[in-house]
Amino acid sequence: MSVQVLTYIVVGLSFALYIGIAIWSRAGSTKEFYVAGGGVHPIANGMATAADWMSAASFISMAGIIAFAGYDGSVYLMGWTGGYVLLALLLAPYLRKFGQFTVPDFIGERYYSRVARVVAVICLIVISFTYIAGQMRGVGVVFSHFLNIPITMGVFVGMAVVFFYAVLGGMKGITYTQVAQYCVLIFAYMVPAIFISMLITGNPIPQLGLGSTVADGSGMTVLQKLDSTLVDLGFNPYTLGSKSMIDVLAITLALMVGTAGLPHVIVRFFTVPKVSDARKSAGYALVFIAILYTTAPAVGAFARINFIETVNGSTYAAAEEDGGTPQYFKTFEDIGLTQFTDKNGDGVIQYAAGASIVGKPKFTGERGANGERLVSNAATDSTNEAYVDRDIMVLANPEIAKLPNWVIALVAAGGIAAALSTAAGLLLVISASISHDLLKKTFMPDISERGELMAARGSAIFAITVAGYLGINPPGFVAQVVALAFGLAACSLFPAILMGIFWKGMNKEGAVAGMLAGLAFTVSYIVYFKSPWFGATNTADYWLFGISPEGIGTIGMLINFATALIVSRLTAPTPTNVQDLVDDIRIPSGAGVAHAH
Amino acid sequence: MSAISLNDGSVPDKGAQDAAASAQEPYHHEGDNLPPHSHHDEEVMSEETVNQYWSANVRLLLGLLAVWFAVSFGAGILFAQPLNNFSLGGYPLGFWFAQQGSIYVFVALIFFYSHRMHQIERRFGVDDDE
Repeated sequence: MSVQVLTYIVVGLSFALYIGIAIWSRAGSTKEFYVAGGGVHPIANGMATAADWMSAASFISMAGIIAFAGYDGSVYLMGWTGGYVLLALLLAPYLRKFGQFTVPDFIGERYYSRVARVVAVICLIVISFTYIAGQMRGVGVVFSHFLNIPITMGVFVGMAVVFFYAVLGGMKGITYTQVAQYCVLIFAYMVPAIFISMLITGNPIPQLGLGSTVADGSGMTVLQKLDSTLVDLGFNPYTLGSKSMIDVLAITLALMVGTAGLPHVIVRFFTVPKVSDARKSAGYALVFIAILYTTAPAVGAFARINFIETVNGSTYAAAEEDGGTPQYFKTFEDIGLTQFTDKNGDGVIQYAAGASIVGKPKFTGERGANGERLVSNAATDSTNEAYVDRDIMVLANPEIAKLPNWVIALVAAGGIAAALSTAAGLLLVISASISHDLLKKTFMPDISERGELMAARGSAIFAITVAGYLGINPPGFVAQVVALAFGLAACSLFPAILMGIFWKGMNKEGAVAGMLAGLAFTVSYIVYFKSPWFGATNTADYWLFGISPEGIGTIGMLINFATALIVSRLTAPTPTNVQDLVDDIRIPSGAGVAHAH
Repeated sequence: MSAISLNDGSVPDKGAQDAAASAQEPYHHEGDNLPPHSHHDEEVMSEETVNQYWSANVRLLLGLLAVWFAVSFGAGILFAQPLNNFSLGGYPLGFWFAQQGSIYVFVALIFFYSHRMHQIERRFGVDDDE
């Protein structure tokens, strides 16, 4: 069977599974719609959290980012896992005891203020829409890669599937489809990873393979081999970074704190029964995430070695068996992810440091002397002749390891599962913040349970439509601002929640001033450097303390803490009934505290 | 559960507050998604017990966060270069911490915290067992 037919079958089966689960788990009350009834087993919630968290970017792009960034890629590995320690130790158990539906619920009630709630809702909506545009785009891109249909069609199919289980099932439907999606995506990631690890090192466990010797008789370990090969080609050594240490520290901390403050992750811990389950569940979630996150650096390193060994110095026109350029290079050339510019006219691909052409390839539709696709881009001065999109480091693995076609189909289903599961989680927090926080708790307190449930479904439909529109017409700027989602969460929601739990003296005025100060600073810094409007040069020479926009959330968080501290000292203390509330959420059970006054 | 007031306000009501202050009746805040019943629900804690419980929790937290900081920011970033002179299973040690080791330690930290907290909560009588 051809790859395409198999892909249709595997992806179709996975969709049937998700829709089946949606029909089985239809939500009948607001409690089921917002928090899946609050009765999800900690292990199931761990899997759902892992799928919720791991997006199209984690599945498709992360290994490739690490393959090209080497040690510098560690900021994502540590940043996107270390946040779960903060979540489990500092936030999740107390928010579970608080026992409401949304993150703005906590901020609004702990700070006894509608303003605080509305600020939290605005942060949540901006964070979630920034994030979701990328997911819908991811669905479209996977469709167009594997099934050769236009991206727009792919986005529509993705919208339709998410519509089914997010609108019908709410959190209940999303939770159980995410469990299924986790299984699909981790299987799809691990199968090619295990085979490519065996191919390169002879060790089937990628995490150990990355430390093993290369199976080519050279006696070097994978990392030694990468270091020496890359230095020969003019790159930096793989195991040493090129970013400044302060920037690496700031980015890692901003990603950790941002992860812990992302509403669609936090809200998953509202679905387990008890406080102790929230802690355990965060542990399980990180186990399930770590399986992929410890495999990704291995996949990246293996694919990079393989790419250099098979592509560099290969004759483009010759057959692969005769030492010619591997077939996968040509397959991905056809969809524009690789490209060969024969600068010296010898018909052999020379790979080296530096870009081969200026910008992304713009194909002219003609073929060159070797049969390669020609581009209209200007060639650079570098001796490098190969353009490589980092995403092929994952997408090409089944072909590199010569795996059967069904594995390629599986990778397509895995990529789609990763994108859909994250999109659904984001849609839910957006719709809950509109129907619960804005309508029920702010503007329409008299709305009935049925009315609120209808409003929740309506706002889910609205959110899907906006997400689909952003997926089809991505504002060029949005792709640049994933940093914004983490930066916003780090500088606003995380500090406000943390202080709300650990510091009874933090009052309404302090928290609101802190959030606004953190937001104002972080948003202006990122927009200044990342948007096209100010003509700012986005390099280390111009950054504050040498911290890039990706890491600036760390400074935003410190500004939030400092502002909140000062303002809370100058204003009225926290009311005693709110202090009692804090006492109550700090203990997993028991009936409050008898004060000795 | 009958002691939980079910009115749907946004802050704990005055009655509940007075009850807690006078220690005559159990205090609970209200919510639509409260954790289920536990056998400590009706027990009113003394301020001293709660403070002891909380400082035991905070001490444990700070210790574990020190480890969290040490493996990622310490071994994986600040001291990665000197640690790279040592090797572990074929990895330069600093690189291993940055791309593998810190993640394994994170997982262990969460389960350790969960386990120790359960012991601490039982000691102070605030666990959420049935």
